[in-house]
Amino acid sequence: MTDYDAIVVGAGHNGLICAAYLAKAQHKVLVVDGRSVPGGCASTREFADGFSVSDCAQWLSQLDRNVMSDLKLADMGLSLSDAKATISLQADADHLILADGTASGAGVDDEDLAAYRGFRHMMTRFANVLKTLYQGRPPKLVEKNWTDRLTLLKLGLGLKMLGKNHMQDLMRLALINIYDVMNEHFKHPALKSAIAMDAVTGTNMGPRSPNTVYSYLHRITGEHLSGTGTTQVMGGMGVLGDALAESAKAAGAEIKLGVAVKSIEKTGDKVSGVELEDGSHITSKIVISSADPTTTFKTLLGYHQMEAGMAKRAELYRNRSGTAKIHLALRALPSFTGLTTKQLSQRLIIVPPMDEMEKALNPIKYREISDRHLFDISVPTIEDSSLAPEGQHVLTALVHYVPFDPKEGWDEARGPLLERLIGELEVYAPGLSSLLIASELVTPSDFEHSHKVTGGNWHHGELSIDQALMMRPFPGSTQYATAVDGLFLCGAGAHPGGGLLGLPGRNAAREIIKRGALA
Amino acid sequence: MNQYDAIVIGAGHNGLTNGAYLAKAGLKVAVLERNPYIGGATVSRELHKGWYYSNCSYVSSLLRPEITRDLELPRHGLQVVPFGGGATFMRNGDHFGNYADHDRHYREIARHSKRDANAYDRYSADTSLQTKLIRPYLMRTPPDPTSLKPRDLRDLLEFAQSFMALGEEKLLDTIKFWTASVGDYLNEYFETDVIKAHMAGSGIIGTALGVYSPGTAYVLLHHYMGDVDGNVGAWGFARGGMGAIAEALSKAFMSFGGEIICDANVDKIIVKNGKAVGVALKDGTEYRAPIVVSNLDPKRTFLDITDPKDLPTDVVRKAENFKIRGSSGKLNIALDGLPVFNGLDPRNRLMAGDLHFSDSLERQERAYDDWKAGTWSKDPYLDMMIPSLTDPTMAPPGKHMMSVFVQYAPPKVEGKDWTDEDKDGFEKSVIDQISNYSPNFRDLILHCETRTPREIEAEVGLTEGNIFMGELTFDQLLFNRPFPGYAQYRSPIKGMYMCSSGTHPGGGVMAAPGANAAREILRDLKRPNTVPGGYADD
Repeated sequence: MTDYDAIVVGAGHNGLICAAYLAKAQHKVLVVDGRSVPGGCASTREFADGFSVSDCAQWLSQLDRNVMSDLKLADMGLSLSDAKATISLQADADHLILADGTASGAGVDDEDLAAYRGFRHMMTRFANVLKTLYQGRPPKLVEKNWTDRLTLLKLGLGLKMLGKNHMQDLMRLALINIYDVMNEHFKHPALKSAIAMDAVTGTNMGPRSPNTVYSYLHRITGEHLSGTGTTQVMGGMGVLGDALAESAKAAGAEIKLGVAVKSIEKTGDKVSGVELEDGSHITSKIVISSADPTTTFKTLLGYHQMEAGMAKRAELYRNRSGTAKIHLALRALPSFTGLTTKQLSQRLIIVPPMDEMEKALNPIKYREISDRHLFDISVPTIEDSSLAPEGQHVLTALVHYVPFDPKEGWDEARGPLLERLIGELEVYAPGLSSLLIASELVTPSDFEHSHKVTGGNWHHGELSIDQALMMRPFPGSTQYATAVDGLFLCGAGAHPGGGLLGLPGRNAAREIIKRGALA
Repeated sequence: MNQYDAIVIGAGHNGLTNGAYLAKAGLKVAVLERNPYIGGATVSRELHKGWYYSNCSYVSSLLRPEITRDLELPRHGLQVVPFGGGATFMRNGDHFGNYADHDRHYREIARHSKRDANAYDRYSADTSLQTKLIRPYLMRTPPDPTSLKPRDLRDLLEFAQSFMALGEEKLLDTIKFWTASVGDYLNEYFETDVIKAHMAGSGIIGTALGVYSPGTAYVLLHHYMGDVDGNVGAWGFARGGMGAIAEALSKAFMSFGGEIICDANVDKIIVKNGKAVGVALKDGTEYRAPIVVSNLDPKRTFLDITDPKDLPTDVVRKAENFKIRGSSGKLNIALDGLPVFNGLDPRNRLMAGDLHFSDSLERQERAYDDWKAGTWSKDPYLDMMIPSLTDPTMAPPGKHMMSVFVQYAPPKVEGKDWTDEDKDGFEKSVIDQISNYSPNFRDLILHCETRTPREIEAEVGLTEGNIFMGELTFDQLLFNRPFPGYAQYRSPIKGMYMCSSGTHPGGGVMAAPGANAAREILRDLKRPNTVPGGYADD
C-alpha cells in the first residue's frame, strides 16, 4: 500500500494543474515544492520594502481557456486586466501601436497595414491547425494505435482544410526564420522587429535563427487557445499560483510547500516514491515531475538509474536562455516620451531593427555582455496599486539578450549591466534614474537558482522543432510517460511546452488516467 | 532553320546531363551556353600559363554513379582520383589529422581525446544511416504532398514507409538530425574543439548559416551522401580538373547527336498561347523548340529570362522570395613550390587532403557573425587543397596549384556592391590566414585569382554567387525545391522545364537534377524513359 496514488514534483502551474485534474478524478495526490509559495514561475515577490513584482513570468496570454474554466480559477481569486496593446517605442516618440489585430503610428502605410492583417490571418489559421496537436498527447508516428492515428488524421485534415496555398506556406515556413518571413511580408523596419521580438522571447535565438517561425507559431497558438490577449494578473502572478493551489486543494489534492524533493526513488525497475530534503520518504504508485527534464533526470532521478542512451539524450537536452529581468522600484510614475498614462500601462517594447537584434545576440554566444538590449516592459502599478506604496510605482522588464554565465562572472558583471540597462531605458524615459528607490537585475543564472529552471529557461527547454511536439523533451520519453517505469512528466518540458499554457499539466493528467497508471 | 525538339539553356553539368538523356531518347537537342566555353561552374581553365584551375567547383563526390555508368563517362575521358585525409591546423602549433586509415585515424583522435576516439565509430554509423536513407531519393522526383494524384500518393506512401521502417525512436532521431545544427549534432558525440571544428566545416560550406544554425546538420549530410567508385562519403579529384566532368558529359551528349552552341546569351523564353515555343538571344537570334529547359537558377529562370506576364503572380512572388545567398568566395593560386605548414611533414599524405585553419566552433560561428554584419570573415573558414599533389597535370613539374574555398563572403559589402578594394581586402584576409600557419606560403605565390560572389555571379551566372543555386534549408529541399507546388521540374508554362541545382536534390556536381528533369520531360512527351533509376545501398 502506497502513501499516495501520485506525487507531483513541483508546484508550478503545470504541476498544480496536473494534480487538480487527477484529484478531480478521485485520485490521492500530493504536490511537493521546495519554495514556500505555490506557482513556480507564476509568483509574486517583494523585491524592495513595500514593492512587489511578478518575479518571473510577467504577462499572461496563453493559459488555455478550458483549464481556466475547468479549474474555476475566477472563483479562486484570479482576475485579469483587459487585453493590452503592444507599443513599440521609437526614438522619435512616434510609437508603433499593435492592438486589436491592427497596427497604427510610426508611419505604417496602408500596404503594410494590409500585409499585417493578412499575416495575422494566416498565422491564426496555422494556429488553428496546431491547436489540434496542442490539446492532446503528441502522436507517435510509427507505433499504431487509434488515439494517435486519429490525431494524425485530424492534423492531416486540418492541413488539407488550409487549402493548397496555405498548406504549402506552412510546409515552407515551419522550419525557417522569422527574419526572412518578415522581409517577405513587410517593409516597415519597426513593424518587422516588433513581431520578430515575439519569436525570440525566452530563447537563445536571434531573428535569423531557423526555427524562429515555429517559436512564433507556438506563441500564437497559445494565444489562440486562451483567447484573453496579453493580460496582467491583478495582484501579481502569484495570484495565479494561489488560485491554482486553491483549486487543486478544493479537488482534494494535498500540497506540501517549503520542503524540496531530494530524489526520485526506484524500487526494482519501477519508480516508487520520493525522498524529501528533510530525509523523509513518501511512496506512491507513480511520480509525476513538473520540473524541467534536466532537473528531473539528472538531479532528482540520477543518470545511474537510467539506461545509458536515455541518459545521453537527457544530458544533451538544450535549455539555455538569453533572457534576464529587471525590477525597478520608483518613487513616482515614470514618464516615457510620447506616451499617455493609459498607454504607459500597456505592454511596451524596445526593439531595434532586425539586423541590430541579431547583432545584440552575437556576444552572448561567447559568454560576453551585449552593448544593446531588447526590452519588454510593464508598469503594473498603474492598474494595480496593491504592488507598491501609495503613489509609488514598479517597472519590470524582460531583457534580451543576456548571457547565462558571462566570462567575468556575475559578481563583476551585474552592477555595470544593471546600470547600462537603466541607461538604455532612460533614452525613452528621461529622468527615470532620478525616481529610483531600488533596483535589481535577475540574470538567467539567478532564475536557475530561484525558480529551479535549468539554464534559466522558463520554457523548460529551447523551443526549436527538434525539441518540440512528438520529440519533446526527447525521443523515448514522449507522451508524458518516460523511459523509466512509473515516472511521468507534466511540466513545460513536455509537449506542448513552454510559456504559461497549462496544457502539459492537463494533457499529462488525462494521459495518466487513460493509461490506467493509477489503477 | 534553328528548329529543335528541345533547347536547354546553360551548358553546366546539369544542362549537359539533361540534354544527353533527351538526345538519347531520340530528340534533336541544342544546349545553349552564354560563355565561349562549356561547364558553367564545372570548369578547368588555364588562367596562368601551365597551371589549370578548377576555378569554381573543385572536388567530386556527389556525381551520381548511375549517370557515370549509364552515360559511360569514363569512356569519354572522365577519371576521378580519390584523395584521403586532410588536416586542421591549430593556433597552438599542433594539428588534427584526418587519416584515411581507420586505425591511424583512431589514434589521431585519441591523441586529442580518448573519449572522442571511442565516440567516432558511433558517429560514423549514425551519419551513415542518414546517408543511406537519402541516397535512394536522389534520382527520384519528389512527390507533392498537397496532390491527390495516384502517383504522388503512391510515392509519398513509399517515402513514409521507408522512414517508418526505422521504428519510432530512430525516426525521431532522423527528424532531429534533419532539423538540428551541425554544432549541436557534433556535440552529441565529441568534446574536443578541433575535432568538432574539423567536421563542422562541411555543415557550412556554401551556406549562409552558422555552425549553430538549425538545419546545418543536413548540409553536412549533403557533403557525405556522395561516393567515389562506391566508396560512400569519399571525395576525389577529376583528373584534369572539374572541367573533365563537363567535357565527358558533353562528349556523351554529342555522341547521341546533341549540339552545343556557345556564345549564345539567352534574353527571353518565347511563350505563345501559354506554351513555350523557343528562346530569343540577346543578339536577336531565335531558336525554336516545343520544349525549353532552363538550367539557370530559379531566380534567373523566372525573373530574368521569363516575361512576368507569362507567369502566375504567385510564382513571381515565390521566385522573389527564393533564398539564394552569396556566402562564399574562392582563391585559385599558382605556386612556385610546395608550401610548408607548421608541425606537418610536407611528405605526409595529409597534405593531399583538405586543409583547414579554424580550430573551434566559436571561430566558425564568429566568421558567420561577420557575414551577418555584411562583411567578409576576418578569420575565415578555409577549405584548402593542393590538387597538383594528386593530379600532376594541373601544374608544371615541381610547381603546384592551390584551391582555397572561403566561407564567408557576403553578396554585398555592408549593403553596397563589391569594389576592387573590397576584393583586395578579402584576398588579404585569406592569404594572411594561410600565412599564419605557413611561413613560406606568401613567397611562393606566382598568380592569384580571387573570386568574390561578384565575380562568380558575373562569370558563371550563379545569382549572388551561391554555389548550390539556392540555400539547402528544409524550406527549399525535396518537395519544396525550388518552391512548393513546382518541385517536379515543370514550370507553370507548358513546355518549359527546370533542370538546375535549384531543383531537387540540389547543389553540388551531382547531375541528378538534370537527369530527373529529363525523365519528367520524356514522361510528358510519352516517350520511353532513358534515365536510369536510383539503386539502393546494401
